[in-house]
Amino acid sequence: MTQTTDGVLTQAVECVDLSYEFATHLAVDHVNLSIAPGEMYGLLGPNGAGKTTTIRMLTTLLTPATGSVRVFGIDATARPMLVRRVIGYVPQALSADANLTGVENVELFARLFDVPRRSRKQRVADALDAMGLTEAAGRLAGTYSGGMLRRLELAQSLISAPRLLVLDEPTVGLDPIARGVVWEYIAKLRAEHQMTVLMTTHYMDEANDYCDRISLMHRGKIRVTGTPASLRAGLGESATLDDVFRHYTGDTLDKLPEEGDMRDARRARRTASRLG
Amino acid sequence: MTPAVPAAPPVDLAEISGNPLAEFIRLLNRVATLCWVELRKIRHDRTELYTRAVQPALWLLIYGEVFTRVHAIPTPPGVSYLAYLSPGIMAQSALFISIFYGIQIIWERDAGVLTKLMVTPTPRSALITGKAFASGVRSVIQGVVVLIIAVLLGVTFTDNPLKIIAALIVLAVGSAFFSCLSMSLAGLVVARDRLMGIGQAITMPLFFSSSALYPTKIMPGWLQVISKINPLSYEVEALRGLLIGTQTTLWLDTVVLVGATIAAIICASLLLPRLANR
Repeated sequence: MTQTTDGVLTQAVECVDLSYEFATHLAVDHVNLSIAPGEMYGLLGPNGAGKTTTIRMLTTLLTPATGSVRVFGIDATARPMLVRRVIGYVPQALSADANLTGVENVELFARLFDVPRRSRKQRVADALDAMGLTEAAGRLAGTYSGGMLRRLELAQSLISAPRLLVLDEPTVGLDPIARGVVWEYIAKLRAEHQMTVLMTTHYMDEANDYCDRISLMHRGKIRVTGTPASLRAGLGESATLDDVFRHYTGDTLDKLPEEGDMRDARRARRTASRLG
Repeated sequence: MTPAVPAAPPVDLAEISGNPLAEFIRLLNRVATLCWVELRKIRHDRTELYTRAVQPALWLLIYGEVFTRVHAIPTPPGVSYLAYLSPGIMAQSALFISIFYGIQIIWERDAGVLTKLMVTPTPRSALITGKAFASGVRSVIQGVVVLIIAVLLGVTFTDNPLKIIAALIVLAVGSAFFSCLSMSLAGLVVARDRLMGIGQAITMPLFFSSSALYPTKIMPGWLQVISKINPLSYEVEALRGLLIGTQTTLWLDTVVLVGATIAAIICASLLLPRLANR
């Protein structure tokens, strides 16, 4: 899609020929990705597929080795501060500060995104309320349950009214009930604010239920992109997304333990243990 | 598929890409926010402030009392060794607080807190300056504790409140420098366990090669040279000059400390993105 300055034809996210190389391997291998405004987009794949690295380039944390990332037409390498202003980011690790209360955690982000002083208090309260955290708002985040922490992080990201919300494994380590609650809140946010959402997950059922479109990523490359229904339909009537994944990668998620490196595993376990 | 139109307000490009003055005001604003958040954290966890008081109390009580008795260390005329030592112990406790900021920032990276902050429109230098400020505040609280212990042990300091305030500011600036040094090392080595080793390895040499415990003139020549390039010496000398009236070149101490701190903030800010690389 062409880039325009008036924003009419601008994609929410446009990655062209994007690569990133770690010392030993090409973590992201010439990826092309385009997300329309308002879409709920899922980036799927096993640990080590390159999902998080892609997201880190998109969120200006890493500079691409080749190619470019544009967020609402803004080049992430050339104008990182501008890109940071339009995105909300919830990293995979739990990022709320345990030594601050719920209110303080959200107020910090209100200040960092220049929410005007006169409306700040109200907007912080509204964001906490929208995530069902009003009662716990005065408590230290260190006392929250895993599901509450994820909701607090969503409240933090929400405060700046981001145009693009980036969620890296939003439900990793949560029990099924807490997962359901977090998804309810994400769906509510989307309905109310029509924001574009990019998420990574390795839960196929979540991608199937919540995403408008998904891309399957494997060994740094995007293997296939489409709506969950079209991808399943391509393989026959009773196919699941797991079947789709197996078809395009020649393997199953369960059989890929060697794909994630130790750091991935350690990070996921640390998050899980803090949630537990 | 017909995606909805985003309702979020459009970005005002001019607002951010604006003039250098607006950029500078935003930087100050961010620094103030990050200082605010550090003060909140200190308020929520006060136990650390109490437990940290134990070590300087031991240095003054045991080391200070013993060496006062043996008269082994020459002090300026009319100054007891305990009085001479107290500013050194103030600087030491501030150093021990600040040198752990590198480990703290790596911990915050591991916890995801730092990564998330780095995806907000906040200059890296504001993140570093906020931490340096926190280190300074903790050190000032610690410095006051050391002052009180020393007074209880019979040391008389200046009765000029402005000099005491100036001394606490010197302590805060010194602590800011060492916290930035530590955060720069964090950016270089990236891994927490490696940094812990390095932190241990540099803290004691910094302390013993300074004039915290003894005047530089009784040091061997090679150590005097090291002492001259050790910012801790300038911090200690400024504290002594202000608190117990020993002779020092206060302007030189100030210039060295402030200059070193600005350089360290810049250095740590430039190295900070390396922490986000994994």
